[in-house]
Amino acid sequence: MERDDIIEYSLGAQHSEEEGKKIRKNIWKVTYILSAITFVEVLVGVLWSKSVVGDGDLWASIKIGYLILTVIKARYIVLEFMHLGHERKSFRSTILYPYLFLILYLIFIALNEATAVSEVNFPIN
Amino acid sequence: MAGEVSKAIDPKELWGGGRSPFSLSYGKMMMWFFLISDALTFGAFLVSLGWFRYTSDAWPISDQVFFHIPFIHSATPDEGFPLLYVAFMTFILIVSSVTMVLAVEAGHRNDKKTVIKYMVLTVIGGLIFLGSQVWEWAGVIAGPDGLFGTYDDTRIGGNYLGGWETVNNVLVPIVGPDQYAQFFYCVTGFHGLHVFSGVIINIIILINVIGGTYERRGHYEMVEKGGLYWHFVDLVWVFVFTFFYLL
Repeated sequence: MERDDIIEYSLGAQHSEEEGKKIRKNIWKVTYILSAITFVEVLVGVLWSKSVVGDGDLWASIKIGYLILTVIKARYIVLEFMHLGHERKSFRSTILYPYLFLILYLIFIALNEATAVSEVNFPIN
Repeated sequence: MAGEVSKAIDPKELWGGGRSPFSLSYGKMMMWFFLISDALTFGAFLVSLGWFRYTSDAWPISDQVFFHIPFIHSATPDEGFPLLYVAFMTFILIVSSVTMVLAVEAGHRNDKKTVIKYMVLTVIGGLIFLGSQVWEWAGVIAGPDGLFGTYDDTRIGGNYLGGWETVNNVLVPIVGPDQYAQFFYCVTGFHGLHVFSGVIINIIILINVIGGTYERRGHYEMVEKGGLYWHFVDLVWVFVFTFFYLL
């Protein structure tokens, strides 16, 4: 049953064998990056865990390092594996910006209030 | 990528109706919108974990929560292997994500055999992850080696999960590790539920691929939509891993 009143967008996503080779190469590249980041995270987690380095400045910078590595990983998964980086720019913005705005605000307000509550509950700390 | 997505279209025509301004099919776009709402749920879970962490004066050391590996008995984190098994689970989920994206790529070439091969590998990866999580939960909850017992633990003289104490003659919940344990089960359990439903969805799609449904349809977009959901599960685990086991 052929219908000519529907644009079949999924057919536009198809590609040839040569293009497939390039895409597969990119997939493996992203795989290596994700595995390497996970390996580094685990290595740091074993060698310089909180129980080893204590709760000092070093641990604070390691924590920030973990967060940066996590965001890099998330970026590769969303933009390459979920293919969002290759969709139209308008769609990419529609998905990413509202989410980032809401979640950054939530993080700010929750942690800001939690710090205030903590100061009331544990004045010595 | 070739085709509709990269084709240049006059903006007037783009927004004039009769076509999708994003050059996406309805189903794929709705999958993205569903994933946004799901991501907000998980984001709220993790931010509230942060809230409780900031308002508690005691918190367990995350990398010592789970230190077991199969076939080797270890009673304390020092004797055990912190992070090792969780790292294995993370790696399994990443690999199954890779096989999924390879299945999507094969679908774009209408290569039925390769799609089947990679879909089977993806399902196997998901099942290994689920089994690992069951084993991990069993280790964390049960037995004297578990950090968070749901039973009366003689070492701490009481029930760790959902414990209560009396302060100034008022019964109040014990804050601190209790809340970590509750969040641990809630969030990893909710994520495990997503993995479980993802495996079910992938099996259904796999059956359809073998039956030739998408071959007759002319495209394998259903594999792509299932793939979006599966990658999302991997994405959530990246954050769960950081906030529950590393920080």
